[in-house]
Amino acid sequence: MIDLLAGLGRGSLAFFERLGRGHLFLLRVLASLGALLTRPRLLIKQIWSTGVLSLVIIVISGAFVGMVLGLQGYNTLVTFGAEESLGLVVAKSLLRELGPVISALLFAGRAGTALTAEIGFMKATEQLSAMEMMAVDPLKRIVAPRFVAAIVAMPLLAAIFTAVGVLGGYFCGVGLLGVDAGSFWSQMQSKVLLMEDVVNGVVIKGVVFGAVISWIAVFEGYDAVPTSEGVSAATTRTVVHSSLAVLGLDFILTGLMFN
Amino acid sequence: MQDTRKMEITVGVFVALGLAALLMLAMKVANLSQFTSHDGYEVRAYFDNVGGLQVRAPVKMGGVTVGRVVGIGYDAQRFQAVVRMSIDPDYDHIPTDTAANIYTAGLLGEQYIGLEPGGEDTSLKGGDELQMTQSALVLEKALQEFLYNKTVKSP
Repeated sequence: MIDLLAGLGRGSLAFFERLGRGHLFLLRVLASLGALLTRPRLLIKQIWSTGVLSLVIIVISGAFVGMVLGLQGYNTLVTFGAEESLGLVVAKSLLRELGPVISALLFAGRAGTALTAEIGFMKATEQLSAMEMMAVDPLKRIVAPRFVAAIVAMPLLAAIFTAVGVLGGYFCGVGLLGVDAGSFWSQMQSKVLLMEDVVNGVVIKGVVFGAVISWIAVFEGYDAVPTSEGVSAATTRTVVHSSLAVLGLDFILTGLMFN
Repeated sequence: MQDTRKMEITVGVFVALGLAALLMLAMKVANLSQFTSHDGYEVRAYFDNVGGLQVRAPVKMGGVTVGRVVGIGYDAQRFQAVVRMSIDPDYDHIPTDTAANIYTAGLLGEQYIGLEPGGEDTSLKGGDELQMTQSALVLEKALQEFLYNKTVKSP
């Protein structure tokens, strides 16, 4: 019985310790962001590896999600004779929820894991310690550019995902199912609002999700147990935690934004 | 060196693509170009009942959208709902005795304000009030009246 209580206490202490370390780490990363201004090349390289390399999966998934929305939306709307609203349904659901959330989940799997594994192996092979020996701050040199790159790349990827998705919905609805092209766009344009839907949905959610994913990813990598097993466990944790964080935050953000 | 250059170019293309997608969403999907002008002039109208009218509902004249509803409030002195609408400055020749009605687009559609121009020579200016208004059709009320008429007539 006492052992059980002790285990519970140890578990919660470890949890809060880790949470605290994560936040302290975030503060240290934020403090070292200034160094990026003098070395923008590092940032560009990271935007390339997190953003550009994620482009293929984002574009393909965006197209398919949009096409499925077009098909399903049409089937539902046609029973009410409201298939002209298809454009509105596709655009609103993509802009507000599906675009930022699905691209964030894909981004966590595609780029977040790569960040964690890379930093974790740098730690395991003692490259980070070697840098410290040479008086190079690994936070400034390694962590900060990766952190910022993900925040820059994520809203751009969400915007691309959404735009491709709308085109996918257009292709399915107008091209295959014969919805009128004019009403597809006009219904969408009369009801979708710039601040409420585009900025709130894609931009703000994109930035928030990007920040959370990259924070979790770099922290897990930096905090990983420096063995092969430790890195693999950290990579797994990155996917699980950032997916859960994205879904939870999405609920909160939606509640705040669209009330 | 060649590699860095290539990488920089692809990153440039990526960022440009992302911004272009955002621009497309703003222009094509949210139709930014049409109602950016919040500098339209504002007029008021008092209604007994606004029904399900919502802020940002269109204000139409002859079926053409000429403005948007920008605010709905309740005037405690007049016991009426006050609707403020912003009219696009392109339409500045609306007679002062124009009537405002609340209509519903289709059976289940959203409600909008329809303006019916009067015959005065003077045009509406910002801050003016539309005198002639007709409230929204509330389905329950209409049904009630209908049933009342039925029961009065039948015996």
